[in-house]
Amino acid sequence: MELGYLLRVRGQVQGVGFRPHCWQLARRMGLRGWVLNDAQGVLIAVAGLRAGDFAAALRADAPPLARIEVIEVTPHRFDNCSAPGPGFEIRASGGPGAETRVTPDAATCPDCLADIRGTGRRAGYAFTNCTNCGPRFTIVTGLPYDRAQTTMAPFALCPACRAEYEDPADRRFHAQPVACPDCGPRTWLATRDGAEVPGEAIALAAERLRAGEILAIKGLGGYHLCCDATNAAAIERLRARKHRPTKPLALMAPLALIRRHATVSDAAATRLADPAAPILLLPRAGKPLPDSLAPGLDELGWMLPATPLHHLLSDAMARPLVMTSGNLSGEPQAIGNDEARATLGGIAEAFVQHDRAIARRLDDQVERMSPRGPVVLRRGRGSVPGTLPLPPGLPDGQVLACGGQMKSAICLVKSGRALLSHHLGELDAPLTWQAYQQADGDYAGLFDHAPEAVAVDRHPDFRASQHGAERARAAGLPLVRVQHHHAHMAACMAEAGWGAEDGPVAGIILDGLGLGDDGTVWGGEILLGSYAGARRAAALAPAPLPGGDRAQSEPWRNAVMRLDAAGLGAAADRLFPDAPRALLRQAASSGMNAPLSSSVGRLFDAAAACLGICPDAQGYEGEAAMRLEALAGRARDVETPRWDLAEGVETGTLDPAPLFHGLIEGLARGTSGAALARGVHLWIADSFARPARALVARGEARAVALSGGCFQNALLSEMITEALCDLPVLHHADVPAGDGGLALGQAVIALARRGADWKDPDRITW
Amino acid sequence: LSHGGGGRAMRDLIEEVFTDVFRPEGDEDQARLTDAALATPGARLAFTTDSFVVTPLEFPGGDIGKLAVCGTVNDLAVGGARPLWLSAAFIIEEGTEIALLRRIVASMVREAEAAGVRIVTGDTKVVGRGSGDGVFITTSGVGVIPAGRDLGAAQIRDGDVALVNGVLGDHGATILAARGDLALSTPLESDCQSLTHLMEAVLAAAPGTHAARDATRGGLASTLNEMAEAAGVTVELDEAALPLRTEVKGLCEILGLDPLYLANEGTLVLFVPEAEAEAALAAMRATPAGRDATIVGRAGPRGSVPVTMRTAFGGQRIVDMLVGEQLPRIC
Ligand SMILES: [Fe+3]
Ligand SMILES: [Mg+2]
Ligand SMILES: [Zn+2]
Ligand SMILES: [Zn+2]
Repeated sequence: MELGYLLRVRGQVQGVGFRPHCWQLARRMGLRGWVLNDAQGVLIAVAGLRAGDFAAALRADAPPLARIEVIEVTPHRFDNCSAPGPGFEIRASGGPGAETRVTPDAATCPDCLADIRGTGRRAGYAFTNCTNCGPRFTIVTGLPYDRAQTTMAPFALCPACRAEYEDPADRRFHAQPVACPDCGPRTWLATRDGAEVPGEAIALAAERLRAGEILAIKGLGGYHLCCDATNAAAIERLRARKHRPTKPLALMAPLALIRRHATVSDAAATRLADPAAPILLLPRAGKPLPDSLAPGLDELGWMLPATPLHHLLSDAMARPLVMTSGNLSGEPQAIGNDEARATLGGIAEAFVQHDRAIARRLDDQVERMSPRGPVVLRRGRGSVPGTLPLPPGLPDGQVLACGGQMKSAICLVKSGRALLSHHLGELDAPLTWQAYQQADGDYAGLFDHAPEAVAVDRHPDFRASQHGAERARAAGLPLVRVQHHHAHMAACMAEAGWGAEDGPVAGIILDGLGLGDDGTVWGGEILLGSYAGARRAAALAPAPLPGGDRAQSEPWRNAVMRLDAAGLGAAADRLFPDAPRALLRQAASSGMNAPLSSSVGRLFDAAAACLGICPDAQGYEGEAAMRLEALAGRARDVETPRWDLAEGVETGTLDPAPLFHGLIEGLARGTSGAALARGVHLWIADSFARPARALVARGEARAVALSGGCFQNALLSEMITEALCDLPVLHHADVPAGDGGLALGQAVIALARRGADWKDPDRITW
Repeated sequence: LSHGGGGRAMRDLIEEVFTDVFRPEGDEDQARLTDAALATPGARLAFTTDSFVVTPLEFPGGDIGKLAVCGTVNDLAVGGARPLWLSAAFIIEEGTEIALLRRIVASMVREAEAAGVRIVTGDTKVVGRGSGDGVFITTSGVGVIPAGRDLGAAQIRDGDVALVNGVLGDHGATILAARGDLALSTPLESDCQSLTHLMEAVLAAAPGTHAARDATRGGLASTLNEMAEAAGVTVELDEAALPLRTEVKGLCEILGLDPLYLANEGTLVLFVPEAEAEAALAAMRATPAGRDATIVGRAGPRGSVPVTMRTAFGGQRIVDMLVGEQLPRIC
């Protein structure tokens, strides 16, 4: 019988080199004991009395990809079978459900980068990785996470790699995708018909890119389409072939090169270099790149090379590259080699392919910096399948939430944690729909999840809602229907850690569209309440959306409706002389596919159209609003016009007539578009801040939450935040403010309603 | 019009307006029918019924009477039957103009003649003001399916070609325009027409035809979804091949509606084995109701989504069955 300690480590501690870390640390400290992975994380036993020091040391230099949440230390009396041997050993995984955690894919670490740039056996090798970096989620085919259950399974380790894989002192100890040129995947350049071009793939690719060709390049979670970002003709060809006239294109370059074309703050540089390697929006600066990369916008999305293949290509090119998703318009990225040639053959001139299969589609993560740190706009590679803690005070339970239609993502909740999926995309494409269904099964497997309830949006035509209803029906589970904007609000509160007992919150929810409880379409609301329920305390005065979804793609429609409502019909006639206004007005007045909406997203579109920003058609969702924000950003030194607030600001109906009078008068007076664009932002910020502030002042709310797709607009966020400066304000960070975060809100609302609603599943509640 | 209660005024009405239309064989309140086809071995009787409500009652290209005849005739025809006899029952709201009723009835007579059917029995009821919307009509139809014909969605096979006889959405667009009082530069007309002759022509030219259905309420999208589900196949439409009238396209753009979901009243979709597709197409084009016939898609093997569309950009979209009205979904 021997005395010692058991250390229970929770968090992201599996598959990140945590056990060898323990092993090396114990050997350095001269401790005896063992370490193993189990269903709860990592369990460590150490004999002797220095266990406290050991816990501190574990934290102090944890492996780069480890996220330690807690280390629980308990004194332990070892029996014969658990007793440590003479040294410190790494034991086999303990018990069922062990090694269930899969960590996110991680960008190439500095050591591996040195390997591929060096002269050793991995010099120039595109699949170099170690415990501190490399693919994870995109190669897993089953659990437990082990080489045999990854797409590396077909590649048998050579003796040299096997020796590294088995040596606890090596940084490739148990790195599942470990490989070298002798035993691992290979890469080649293929023509459109699949023929391999003789020669070294990277060198061939670089040569073609320099010549202005478009290549499809197989990455971690799917194919990218790539061209030289300094070549305007190549960009134009890519846009024409992809039928993507204006949507911004993401760029890839090493940091030093990014700095030549963008303003990179220290915080931004740190974020770019994170193992998650997100696409980060950065202000254009320095040497200009073609405007066509993001027409009308003053920021470009940049990422660092995230895999050795991308590093090698970047090194060979020494200029920024366009790296946009390799898909057809409206469809998900291609992942298979044959699939890529079939779908992208009309776009790319050649294909950089390799023989490691992609287990699942995973787009790049997109982020933007805020004064509070990075804000995720689209969740993807590098974040998933990471989990988030739930706020305190919610009942325990397992819930599946199905998300929205356009930027769909699902969320699984279990044991106080939420697993919010990556961006799955718009569910009208059959391939996306398949990916969505696959993700449902996939994440459930990874999270060992068995839902007790299913949460969906109230919109009956959301495919996600239909899927959730079907799942609930098939399994006999309660279905909780959640109002769209309440879900946005709850997502924001949950990620900010607002407890279920912390009191009511005023949610300023500025969004595109969501089905309201009164049959109209909401999108500019102040909701008052908490997780279990909320009521509408104020809202933008509604206007018709003539043409339904068509009103979204054609901003002039909203402009005509808003101008008419403000008594400015003559101005509408002047601004949109060639548009079929008469028909639109007739359709709106006879209520033909013209639902009333309080959407602030559409309000932004209307204002943008008045300023001549893509009035006829948006090239992508949100273009008008993004260009309006960019225009406003160019008016820093100009005084911002401050128009009267809505008449009904005290009664809860925010009529935007003064905003449109301000705009039209400003245009007549010759005020700059930039100043007017700033005025629009300020009016919206002040109009919503005021009633929210009043709710807090009256003691009806204890904090203000900011959510909905419009909060991806940094200027609006900062203006509202400033208007609420002395109040507690809850912001989004890791969870998108748009529909990519919806499922988290749905899940926590369903949890909060565990009880009555779950017993009466047919009751429609929100 | 005030004819409730079955009194004298009511009898006058029936005498005056309806007797010519419903002339039962003899004096009994029922039709006694004979037809040579009924005695043919292997022939089957087809029987269908439908109720018709439409606002406005008269619209460019037709009226509720024509609709009620065509609708039931077409239900029979797409099943491979030769429509023979119809019944017609009317629910008339008090206050409806007599002249309007006469026009509706005349229109029914005309259309029945054109389709080669007889209206052999009927009924009228008058309801109080506010209890109805002008006129509702229910028609039932009987026809004979000749021996050897077996059309049905379940017969559709992987590889079959999908054809339509003409442009999509005319009826739905016409009704919408009429209801919204929209000032259109070119007037639209409903496609309301009988498809008897067209079906006979197709079946003579392409006897291997597997299935036909008229794409009425819910449009081509809903009809194809029902057929694909019933057959256990998938259907892929080709967006570029969809026959759309410029005016309908324009109206749909303004109203933000998808013409695939607009109602038709004289448009059918056929599934024909590839080998007979050209023959079917040629036969359709040779009839007045099939002048604009075209191939719109193809059946494929069973899959997770019944109906998809290859878009003009080369991508694929799901063509859903709509749950409710078309509500905006973009956030
Ligand atoms: Fe939303
Ligand atoms: Mg029927
Ligand atoms: Zn590494
Ligand atoms: Zn090797």
